[in-house]
Amino acid sequence: MKIAVCVKQVPDTWAEKKLSDSDNTLDRASVEAVMNELDEYAVEEALLISEANDGEVVAVSMGPERAEETVRKALQMGADSGIHIHDESLKGSDALATSLVLAEVLKDRGFDLIIFGSESTDARMSVVPAMVAERLGRPQLTFANKVDVDGGTVKIQRLTDYGYDEVEGASPAVVSVVEKINEPRYPSFKGIMAAKKKPIETVALAESGIDAGQVGLGAAWSEVASAAPRPPKAAGVKIDDEGAGGSKIAEFLSEQKFI
Amino acid sequence: MLDFRLSAEHEELRKTVEAFAHDAVAPVIGDFYEREEFPYDLVRQMGEMGLFGLPFPEEYGGMGGDYFALCVAIEELARVDSSIAITLEAAVSLGAMPIYRFGTEEQKRTWLPNLTTGKTLGAFGLTESSSGSDAGDIATTAVRDGDDWVINGAKVFITNSGTDITGLITVTAKTGVTADGEPEISALIVPSGTPGLTVAPKYSKVGWNASDTHELFLDDVRVPSANLLGGEGRGYAQFLRILDEGRIAIAALAVGLCQGCVDESVAYANERQAFGRSIGSNQSIAFKIADMEARTHLGRLSYYEAGARLLAGEPFKHQAAIAKLHTTEAAVTNAREATQIFGGYGFMNEYPVARFWRDSKVLEIGEGTSEVQRMLIARQLGVGR
Repeated sequence: MKIAVCVKQVPDTWAEKKLSDSDNTLDRASVEAVMNELDEYAVEEALLISEANDGEVVAVSMGPERAEETVRKALQMGADSGIHIHDESLKGSDALATSLVLAEVLKDRGFDLIIFGSESTDARMSVVPAMVAERLGRPQLTFANKVDVDGGTVKIQRLTDYGYDEVEGASPAVVSVVEKINEPRYPSFKGIMAAKKKPIETVALAESGIDAGQVGLGAAWSEVASAAPRPPKAAGVKIDDEGAGGSKIAEFLSEQKFI
Repeated sequence: MLDFRLSAEHEELRKTVEAFAHDAVAPVIGDFYEREEFPYDLVRQMGEMGLFGLPFPEEYGGMGGDYFALCVAIEELARVDSSIAITLEAAVSLGAMPIYRFGTEEQKRTWLPNLTTGKTLGAFGLTESSSGSDAGDIATTAVRDGDDWVINGAKVFITNSGTDITGLITVTAKTGVTADGEPEISALIVPSGTPGLTVAPKYSKVGWNASDTHELFLDDVRVPSANLLGGEGRGYAQFLRILDEGRIAIAALAVGLCQGCVDESVAYANERQAFGRSIGSNQSIAFKIADMEARTHLGRLSYYEAGARLLAGEPFKHQAAIAKLHTTEAAVTNAREATQIFGGYGFMNEYPVARFWRDSKVLEIGEGTSEVQRMLIARQLGVGR
């Protein structure tokens, strides 16, 4: 069983982020970069499925040069090899372009399963896994808090606000996982040492057969025109209850259109 | 060699343990400390990360790293909490290492795979109620009886000796007298649960409250002769070697505590307002923190250098003694200063600096007191010959 796990390098979740002055894209150079937290769960799930089925895990990332660190982190956790899609023209790609590139790179490599984290902590759109599934014409088994692989069938529990749905599809399928699914392992020292020797294939855009005009900031369907930091919290309204507190609160809520 | 930057692998390990300490240890350890409970689940995770196997070869379940890798891991843990750091230090440096260094092939195959994966913890029973720094003057005896050794005596302050997963305790015992009348000391592996071994209820300690420490009583404890660790009468020389390298690990632990004090103090000095500005904008606070950072940095260099010598196979006893002396006294000073910066909150157990303060004192005592370190350093210089 051959499993691809897609991982994204994101700015440290807790760091203060800013947009670059020139094109309003995220200034990635100014902050520490880490593996997107939900992708750690995706790697763990890929490793668990691989261990149970004597499989192989390939970590795939699209990103700038230093995104190789994130592929390497997946290798330290236990993935067998990596693919790093890196090309200057990819900078500023939106979800549509990202899914196009990932689908093209993943399609002819014989993967039985493609696993994603359900969202990234920088863009938070949760759409790339579904888009990749659509582009590949394969079942999209998203927001899984449980994955069972049974021969050629992949079954998941899709977490919803009110419980879970049981969804299944034929392999190869695209799965995205939520953080309830497992407890990601920390790389061991042995894993760190072994990762140094594991192969990472670098793929340039031209090799994927996609035209540079279809990707990058120029091809993005939306554009950030301007950005401003969130204004500091203003002081709230204090209502002293002198007998009419209840109706004052009701008036306030009504003004705000809450009731 | 003039490079004290970490290798890429040691740095990756450091980052991994830093993340574990921050994400897994920090949120829960205060409660374990308060309840004086051993954090089994954290120890299980550390086992899965391979921390207990860091300096051991893969054939014994280890990670194929080195002793310095262990020290780096201990420092990062101690930055957040000392109980968890000393649990690792004692299990590896005192529990498993003597078996790896002095054990027969059969002993290594029997005991190491569980110790190096953290499935069981090892303990080292050396100190007695009237034998501390004078560790050669012990009262515990072991007498040969047929194919067995029969051990009688008592040990105090033994880390990891009474957990649910304690696998063995290596104890030192007098097994005879040399030709010139000196006691002959040997080391014996006593598996947990051996009849006659009594583990006393845990101590009420000032600090290290989420670590496991007990007094042990050995009454006619019978172990097979195969459990003799190292040569008969070699026990004293063996534990001196173990304590020498253990000092580097304790220095790493002390540096972690020093760094934790700096981390906490910087955050608090910038956040806490008094007289209309952050307390860190007062020179008295800023300089305190600068001094704390300087002590931490020098301490780290001192244990890095001792560690580099150990890995290179060069003599390191002198450097290890200096590192242990400097870093542990720095830890006590940093913890005192951090507590002062936090004011009343620094005296409240819910704040990490209070834990650092309570945990720091024992560093000047355990695995060779500051006085013993000074004695070793002065002796090396030829003072008082």
